Amino acid sequence: MSEILTIAADEIVPDRAAVLDNQGIPPDEVLPPATEAVYQAAFDLLTKVAAPVGILAELSVDEFAGVYRGDGWNEPSTPVGDIFPRSEHLALFAATLGPEVSREITSRFESNDLAMAAMLDAAASAAADKAADVVERRFCAALSDNGRMKPDTGVLRYSPGYCGWHISGQGRLFKYLEPEQIGISLRETYLMDPLKSVSGVIIAGPGEIHDFRSTYPSCTMCETHGCRQRIRKLLDQSNPEPTRGV
Amino acid sequence: MDLLEQISEQLISGEDEQVGKLTRQAIDQRLPAQDILDRGLIAGMNVVGARFKAHEIFLPEVLLAARAMYAGMDQLKPLLIEEGIPPIGKIVLGSVQGDLHDIGKNLVGIMLKGAGFEVIDLGNDVAPERFVDAAQKEGASVIGMSALLTTTMPMMKNVADLVKQRGLSGKVKTIVGGAPVSAEYAAEIGADAYGFDAANAVDRVKSLVNVA
Repeated sequence: MSEILTIAADEIVPDRAAVLDNQGIPPDEVLPPATEAVYQAAFDLLTKVAAPVGILAELSVDEFAGVYRGDGWNEPSTPVGDIFPRSEHLALFAATLGPEVSREITSRFESNDLAMAAMLDAAASAAADKAADVVERRFCAALSDNGRMKPDTGVLRYSPGYCGWHISGQGRLFKYLEPEQIGISLRETYLMDPLKSVSGVIIAGPGEIHDFRSTYPSCTMCETHGCRQRIRKLLDQSNPEPTRGV
Repeated sequence: MDLLEQISEQLISGEDEQVGKLTRQAIDQRLPAQDILDRGLIAGMNVVGARFKAHEIFLPEVLLAARAMYAGMDQLKPLLIEEGIPPIGKIVLGSVQGDLHDIGKNLVGIMLKGAGFEVIDLGNDVAPERFVDAAQKEGASVIGMSALLTTTMPMMKNVADLVKQRGLSGKVKTIVGGAPVSAEYAAEIGADAYGFDAANAVDRVKSLVNVA
């Protein structure tokens, strides 16, 4: 059974570094005044139009196996395929910023307000990740509340389209989770509407199950390696974030 | 500084209103449209492209300059049409099916326009048939594809294959780009070129249409 999660606007405020990084700008770069003005305007607009909300549904390893299998397009060997059978708790999730953000981005591009459109797009991508982080933290809190978090529990999320989990996995994920309840629909091509949405599985289990090596076929083609930072953060004992068992 | 140099300078600074005004002034002074385009707008965008390539400026500055270029083009376009000055090439551009990432693709489109190309931007999540149909319908000589996901990259091969199936090889060239894409992958799927960043993509497209 799924649970709809209210997310406050101040919970999805994107980090400046993430917004700049999404546009290839070093985090400590001092922006020229015109660019700084665009950054501030995009930030203000995002705060005004974003309507973040999430949805979460716990499921068993066997149930997730069916979701993960999707239409059979996953690569034979993937990180998620190896991690989830060793997990202790799993939850499907989706989070969105709502339709207005995407409308604003499209409208700005169409009117040639390109810098603003790209800045808003970058800020919204970072904010959508923040919304997914909120859902992940709520799942952790729920596990803690009923004593299911152990000292060695590590929690990370994974999404279709990444790490060898074929994008067609969205089909079964949507059937199980029904994110339509929070206004997210799935295109025939498995992309979500609104575009600034994130979906996937949150996997909780012994922290070391997430510590996979970048030797999978999908890793050799991946140039972002965004997983590395998340894994390092998870396995860092001094990590103050509540993604590790307490 | 002559008027065309002023247009170029204001464009580099992203001053869209000024570029629009100065372009109007150049038209009113009956300067040749081709000169206004080449020595004013494109010259400015070339500087912006070079500075971006050298990491002296970043995406927002390029986009502010692009908006200024469009302000100039809005004034100049009717004259270019009237004088029968064609674009240096026509390209169909899009992010492949299943891929919503389009900042890189948009930047390539902007820089191609700045270099004098006509760009038909199909957006994101573009099916192979749409790429090839659009190229045929518009008479484009290049199809540009972008992907940010390893899981959507195979769609690029579907487009390259479809170009061959329709007997368009040689007439319609393909160029691919995006974070997980490489020159090796481009060769493997039979694409004609690979652009490792937006500036490089413009150079490669120019080569494909023999204007380098």
